[in-house]
Amino acid sequence: MQIRAFWRDIRFLQVLAQVVFILFLALAAGFLYANVSANLARQGLTVGYGFITNPASFDIGESYIPYQSSDSYGRAIHVGLVNTLVVSALGILLTTIVGSIAGIARLSSNWLISRLAGAYVGVIRNTPLIIQLMFWYFGIILQLPAVKEAVALPGPVYLTQRGIYLPWYEAMPSFDSWRIYVWLALASIVIIWFIFRGIQSRSDLPIPLWWYLAYILVPVLILWVGLLFQPEPPLKVNIPELTGLNFRGGLQLTPEFAALLFGLVVYTGSFIAEIVRAGIQAVSLGQVEAARSLGLTTGQTLQLVIFPQALRVIIPPLTSQYLNLAKNSSLAIAIGYPDLFSIAGTVINQTGAVLEVIVIIMLSYLSMSLFTSLLMNIYNSRVRLVER
Amino acid sequence: MRKTMTLVTVLALASIMLAACGGAAPAPAGEPVTVKETVIVTVEVTPEGGGGVAETTPVAPPVAGGERLQTVLDRGNVVCGVHGTFQGFGFLDTAGAWTGFDVDFCRAWAAALFNDADAVEFRALSAQDRFTALQSGEVDVLSRNSTWTWTRDAELGLTFGPVTFYDGQAIMARKDIVSEASAGLDALEGANVCVQSGTTTELNLADQFRAAGVNYTPVVFEDQNLAFQAYEEGRCDAITSDRSQLATQGQAVLSNFADHVILDVVMSKEPLAPAVAQGDDKWADVVHWVVYGMIQAEELGITSQNVDEFLTSEDPVVRRLLGVEGELGSKLGLSNDFAYRAIKLVGNYGEVYERNLASYGLARGQNALWTEGGLMYAPPFR
Repeated sequence: MQIRAFWRDIRFLQVLAQVVFILFLALAAGFLYANVSANLARQGLTVGYGFITNPASFDIGESYIPYQSSDSYGRAIHVGLVNTLVVSALGILLTTIVGSIAGIARLSSNWLISRLAGAYVGVIRNTPLIIQLMFWYFGIILQLPAVKEAVALPGPVYLTQRGIYLPWYEAMPSFDSWRIYVWLALASIVIIWFIFRGIQSRSDLPIPLWWYLAYILVPVLILWVGLLFQPEPPLKVNIPELTGLNFRGGLQLTPEFAALLFGLVVYTGSFIAEIVRAGIQAVSLGQVEAARSLGLTTGQTLQLVIFPQALRVIIPPLTSQYLNLAKNSSLAIAIGYPDLFSIAGTVINQTGAVLEVIVIIMLSYLSMSLFTSLLMNIYNSRVRLVER
Repeated sequence: MRKTMTLVTVLALASIMLAACGGAAPAPAGEPVTVKETVIVTVEVTPEGGGGVAETTPVAPPVAGGERLQTVLDRGNVVCGVHGTFQGFGFLDTAGAWTGFDVDFCRAWAAALFNDADAVEFRALSAQDRFTALQSGEVDVLSRNSTWTWTRDAELGLTFGPVTFYDGQAIMARKDIVSEASAGLDALEGANVCVQSGTTTELNLADQFRAAGVNYTPVVFEDQNLAFQAYEEGRCDAITSDRSQLATQGQAVLSNFADHVILDVVMSKEPLAPAVAQGDDKWADVVHWVVYGMIQAEELGITSQNVDEFLTSEDPVVRRLLGVEGELGSKLGLSNDFAYRAIKLVGNYGEVYERNLASYGLARGQNALWTEGGLMYAPPFR
């Protein structure tokens, strides 16, 4: 009886289905592998990462780590990876700000502000990113005046078609002895956060807004005290100056970097704006009315009632947008920014190691994305509704 | 389990088709390539599965395993990898017509094979994709201003054809930065240089500036036209590419070509040649000898206009070339009059050059016939 019925047993069938599926996957993978090896063998190509230590012998326009053309292919790919990480990290930071402002602005009761935000979202979200990148690069940045007729903004910040030049800080020798105060200042921020949390948990009322000034004042005070013990200023402001054909000194954002960053921030910001708006609107009006009737001010309502609940809705789709931004940065190749994909493309062309380099590209983007997801998931588990 | 069977059957069928292809090829008398042998052996074991079904399977994808010529003949056209946006060499114009020096060689192969210069399927390829397209068999032949280098020949598994254009890398700068064409690279100290990625140019640029001890910043674009556009907008002080490309693209793209100067410095040797996938000598021979036929025709004074008059020529060299006597064509697996067709429908080497490049002021120079002090030289047709 038991034996005869085993193929009707739902548990057995479920296991069987899974076994068959895994078998199928394994066969498909095996087939793909065999196909690739057969093709490679037929074309007389070998697979291996031996090329990675060979000298790259091409130059890279901008790099955050030391690099020259006699360095290895591995180093060149590393440069590209760092370039991608820099533009992605800055982009994620800025797009969050742009998107949040635009999202809140769409809900503004001011007609002009809400319509402007609506137009921004409508136009940007509905045009392809590559077109926008081309527009930023060829249409805006390269149309800036030549170096000699640079637009000077206060700061001084110079806008030219060769890039954007900003004043920047330069570490002096005495920076080493001052460094400890920098760490102390950073530590003080974390300590203040814990103190505030402690106070908050013992009180029903929110912390007065002006207390938050402590986040700025205390670190500044620590840094200033540190300065008193230094013989000379540890940092020097390095102002860009026109010498010869180009500006020297300061921080230069290349046109490619600037165009890519603006393009990604503006594009992704329009999606984030909608996510933020949806999140805020998802908090039912009853919550707001309840907060009002308890006597909370508008600011308190936002801080204590709306945002904590809105974040639960916002975080998961926001994670996707962060991932999109990082992956979209590979479009940099169109406007000449040497990101991972662009440099890897050059390496493929010079070495012919298509398969090997594609694997590197995929693993790099995969780990970047998984790491971002991990961080966002940790944050999400903190803000999500804890059900009891 | 059924899925497994299907898969096994598919595998078996694929190997049968490979076997069919391999079997038809006359095995070379010398030492055969080990890889080719292995393929054939594997197949002979499998066929029990479904020998009869083989005929009903869809056409095999073009295989680069030694039978490319037959594949091309069966298909009825040549799939030719070209540039697409490079005026003078490979350009798809607004009327949808393909023109250019490299494009005309594609037409010549089609003419030689099918007596129809339009039996070509053009594939526009980027600099980065071109060799992969050839390796994977997506195109039969690559005629896309590609430099013949050791790496590409040896490591990428390609076989390059006769050089159709002897070029050299040059650098073009704005006149307000470099006034004289005779200036050296040191005039470009600290310059931004626009360059296309995935080219030998990118490497030569690094080598030459390093050798000259000149600092520069490369700005690398995937697309040559974007590099030119960025240069035009003032992003770069100079742009580097093959001399032919600077002259043709420069005139086509830049608003005022007279404001720019191409330096005399020759930064590299760039022999541009068609390429085919390695391991198919028969197909490579066809590609080579059609080009040689066009060079030989120019040497003999045969043009698309007067080729018919030469059919009655008594000169045995002319008669062999045009297929009036001898069996030069059939030994390649072609019709004996293959060179006649290419010359008649496309023209000789000089005509192709004049038609596409003369208007850009590119003098023949090294690309003149050997009899006129150039490097164009066809081995004897005999």
